[in-house]
Amino acid sequence: MWQWFHKLSTPKYYYQWSGKWLPWLAGLTIILFAIGLYWGLLVAPTDYQQGESYRIIYIHVPAAWMSMFVYVVMACAGFVALVWKTKLSEIVVSECAVIGAVFTAIALITGMLWGKPTWGTYWTWDARLTSELILLFLYFGVIAIYSSIEDKRVAAKAASMLAIVGVVNIPIIHFSVNWWNSLHQPNMDIISDKPSMDPSMLWPLLVMAVAFKVYFGWVLFMRIRNEIISRERATKWVKELVVGR
Amino acid sequence: MFSALITIIRRDLLVAFRRRAELMNPILFYVIVVTLFPLGVSPDKEFLSQLAPGVVWVTALLAALISMESIFRQDFDDGSVEQLFLSQHPPTVLILGKVIAHWLITGLPMLIIVPLMALLLYIPQQAIPTLFITVLIGTPILSLIGAIGVALTAGLRGGGVLLGLLVLPLYIPVLIFASGAVSAAITGLPYSGHVALLGAGLILALILAPLAISASLKISMS
Repeated sequence: MWQWFHKLSTPKYYYQWSGKWLPWLAGLTIILFAIGLYWGLLVAPTDYQQGESYRIIYIHVPAAWMSMFVYVVMACAGFVALVWKTKLSEIVVSECAVIGAVFTAIALITGMLWGKPTWGTYWTWDARLTSELILLFLYFGVIAIYSSIEDKRVAAKAASMLAIVGVVNIPIIHFSVNWWNSLHQPNMDIISDKPSMDPSMLWPLLVMAVAFKVYFGWVLFMRIRNEIISRERATKWVKELVVGR
Repeated sequence: MFSALITIIRRDLLVAFRRRAELMNPILFYVIVVTLFPLGVSPDKEFLSQLAPGVVWVTALLAALISMESIFRQDFDDGSVEQLFLSQHPPTVLILGKVIAHWLITGLPMLIIVPLMALLLYIPQQAIPTLFITVLIGTPILSLIGAIGVALTAGLRGGGVLLGLLVLPLYIPVLIFASGAVSAAITGLPYSGHVALLGAGLILALILAPLAISASLKISMS
């Protein structure tokens, strides 16, 4: 088992191993998205309070969940990168930062689009919105430091360090923002005032959540493979791979 | 180990006092930025005193940020940082010494200037002790967290803007609790909760930040 992990962390072996997984992940992503979107957008009943506009949660909520999940994945990979210094986990950190930032941006944009018809405004300094925005800034920080250091191995280590510092800080930020908000403008939290979700609405949401997870795996695998090819372009196996086809 | 800490603080203070002109810069920056707010927003007394806790603290974050660079930059370029790691003493202790020295140079003067700024922004008298306490507890946190960012960007040319991008989001809890405490004190509400949380933050930062700074410096040196 341990040996297998070690083997997996070598770029060449990972490239071959992940190649076998790609079609499965791609297929599963497409199937889950098809089911989830059809179920959520067409089959699930209309909300009696918010009407059709609530359906954006089938994108918004999974994206928001992923934005936090990806950060944790990134920090764990960063920890592995700093402790065991494996090349693969370094690549995972830099690729996760970009994917996570996009998920966060999707969550923010869909949230704003939903907020306009529901709250009557695109933006409010609600605790959730604010901490999501700060999360986006943290992702930007990781991306910025990774892209400004020339040596990509050093860059990945610096980005890992920042991701770990961020993970310690996220609960503190989240908690402080919550508290700051409750001090200034109470009773803004419309989401928690809503009655709990009906199963007919919840199931498609869960399908979408799984779809987003598998999609993340798929995109991550593809991005890692890309980065491996680009980093190892001087090695023999990559040259054979490219010329051989 | 303790004597090593004292030695490094004394050494950094000595280096700083040899370049006296630079010592005043963060404070002048602080005063000028605070002055911009009444000019840019409104000199109205009521309005300013409502805005003041935020202005004092946002400006403090910016002043801490721009003065942060000097903590490792020179030492990094001339190789002194490498010597820290070659020393027989744990690098975290020596790094803590450097942060303390840096805070004494940049944070402590702010402590003196802040009550004056409070007068400029019409913060009521009863809130000034609170402001003083938050600056006393809050600025060391800024120095500790900022040093992580500086350590990560030490090897880069022109890392100044990048530093802001990395460090400012991490400063947010300090801003919230510190300006929250001052706002509470102005309106006569209890503020000890905010101050206690700031204190907890300082303890956490004192324990964890030196580890992160030393790991970051090692990354930057590789």
